[in-house]
Amino acid sequence: MNNMKVAGVNLKNPVILASGIMGTTGASLSRMAQSGAGGIVTKSIGPRPKKGHKNPSMVKLDFGYLNAMGLPNPSYSEFSEELRIAVEKSDVPVIASIFGGNAEEFVEVAEGLMGESPAAFELNVSCPHAEGYGASIGVDSCLVEAITAAVCHVVDVPVWVKLTPNVTDIVSVGQAAVDAGASAIVAINTVRGMAIDIYSGYPVLGNRFGGLSGDAIRPIAVKCVYDLYAALDVPIIGVGGISKWEDAIEMIMAGASAVEVGSAVYESINVLGDIARGIDTFLEDAGYSSVEEIVGLTHRRI
Amino acid sequence: MIPIYSKIIEVIEETPSTRTFLFDVEFSDALPGQFAMVWVHGVDEVPMGISYKNGVTVQKVGDATSRMFELSEGDFMGLRGPFGNGFTLPSPNEKILIIAGGVGSAPLAPLAEEAKNIGADVDIFLGSRCRDELLFRDRFNKTGNLLIATDDGSEGKCGFVTDLLLDVDLGEYHRIHVCGPEIMMYRVFRILQDKNIHENAEFSMHRYFKCGIGVCGACCMDKLGLRVCRDGPVFNGKLLEDSEFGQYARGPTGGKYKF
Ligand SMILES: Cc1cc2nc3c(=O)[nH]c(=O)nc-3n(C[C@H](O)[C@H](O)[C@H](O)COP(=O)(O)OP(=O)(O)OC[C@H]3O[C@@H](n4cnc5c(N)ncnc54)[C@H](O)[C@@H]3O)c2cc1C
Ligand SMILES: Cc1cc2nc3c(=O)[nH]c(=O)nc-3n(C[C@H](O)[C@H](O)[C@H](O)COP(=O)(O)O)c2cc1C
Ligand code: FES
Repeated sequence: MNNMKVAGVNLKNPVILASGIMGTTGASLSRMAQSGAGGIVTKSIGPRPKKGHKNPSMVKLDFGYLNAMGLPNPSYSEFSEELRIAVEKSDVPVIASIFGGNAEEFVEVAEGLMGESPAAFELNVSCPHAEGYGASIGVDSCLVEAITAAVCHVVDVPVWVKLTPNVTDIVSVGQAAVDAGASAIVAINTVRGMAIDIYSGYPVLGNRFGGLSGDAIRPIAVKCVYDLYAALDVPIIGVGGISKWEDAIEMIMAGASAVEVGSAVYESINVLGDIARGIDTFLEDAGYSSVEEIVGLTHRRI
Repeated sequence: MIPIYSKIIEVIEETPSTRTFLFDVEFSDALPGQFAMVWVHGVDEVPMGISYKNGVTVQKVGDATSRMFELSEGDFMGLRGPFGNGFTLPSPNEKILIIAGGVGSAPLAPLAEEAKNIGADVDIFLGSRCRDELLFRDRFNKTGNLLIATDDGSEGKCGFVTDLLLDVDLGEYHRIHVCGPEIMMYRVFRILQDKNIHENAEFSMHRYFKCGIGVCGACCMDKLGLRVCRDGPVFNGKLLEDSEFGQYARGPTGGKYKF
């Protein structure tokens, strides 16, 4: 597969490792790069060390996964060494995912990691289960706009903004991010959810509720990507429930210029490379010359 | 898989600091060295080696394990597993050495039993702080030749379990299986590496687990990014060369602490 440029980043292929998956250490990230990812996104990193929620923090359900990690991270000052290793040891772009409670914190983290030369920043305004962070920001277009603008102002690499589907109108939040200078919109983060152990009566997650990922959310993600593609002028990165090349093609036809893959790493550590090869074969067999040719294809089938 | 609601059918006081919890649920296909995630409702879910087909053996160290020690027959916990990769099983007539320190006996006692059933020749070096804390000494005694070391000399050799290694020809073992505190395992590793036989050894590693199913990356070890929960917890010594083993580990934030 040929290298491709998406939203200012030179990807090796269109299949990117999603944030929070094997993303805590430089070594785990470069392992994923070697396993065939076209790019890799770090765990979301914040201003202060955070232990995250109590376990159980992730469970597999019949139709997907439920998780509430609680944004565990060692803070940007300790993570910068991991990021440096990831950048040095990976032959694909490394995108730093960051979060904060307000624009100042986002800026602090971005500036703190800038020195390690990530290929882009991905702003996590979409984690559904960390009080005061993530989705509590991502439901507010004004906050998203202010944060995106503030980060774009201080960094000299592309800024991607990752959205939550837990809103009435994802397009207006995406528009706010684009107006503020976002180079790409990443959609979606997990869908708020909960599971209960009926024998004990306890919620299964230590945090009581969390975010749903995997198969179950793919149709939700496809629809979000479809709507964002129709409305916005920047590339969309599609994420949610992709575990096979067919899923990736579906997301690309909905409007994604590239995809991210998370939970499917449970099935195989090599799943990203497998999906990338599957995309190649599909394009070749169907007579398409590039991924670009089928981005948003479904919008033209009317 | 959400945790299986499991009833405690027996609590066995193994040593002053360890208890075995037996459940009405069995991990019938568990291999020695695999682990379960044990959910103490309302507190935390933590990894525990599977010490019996239907049980785990727990040392009291913090919140979750202290709460477990308040539970008794008829109470419930949540269980999921078996997870991870266990120890390599011997072939009949092979000779293996088991080196267990403290609660490290938990995954090794089932290995010793299985190895004996297979028809292997089993030697066991068991170490602990003192005589009372020797875990599974009877189970080991029934499966092979047991040598003991205690820190305070109250039984066996006075000193570390690693001291027992000095008196034997380690080259005669087809495989060496190790579980215990990291510093102890690392000492064993260094001794074997000096003789260039660390490839014959397997170490059961401990790191902080979050997801426990190989997705989040919290338990990864440098420099290969190996997941202790999924690629391990049992690793061949070869894979641990030039790694963080014995040097440092990462805690719940992902930040490092030194041993
Ligand atoms: C693969 C594996 C197998 C294990 N097998 C056994 C066993 O058979 N018997 C036994 O007594 N202990 C075993 N442990 C250690 C056991 O998981 C910890 O003692 C337990 O988690 C402590 O929980 P706590 O809430 O009581 O302690 P806390 O107060 O939470 O913390 C005390 C220490 O326990 C460890 N710990 C806490 N939470 C976790 C976690 N989620 N993952 C890993 N370590 C943690 C940390 O080192 C921490 O510093 C095993 C650990 C691993 C990784
Ligand atoms: C264990 C786990 C941890 C995650 N951590 C983060 C995170 O730190 N930041 C973030 O933006 N998204 C995080 N996510 C969300 C994923 O990046 C992704 O958006 C979501 O899981 C949907 O994709 P999937 O179905 O391929 O998993 C996490 C997901 C999982 C399962
Ligand atoms: S604890 Fe999540 S990958 Fe091992």
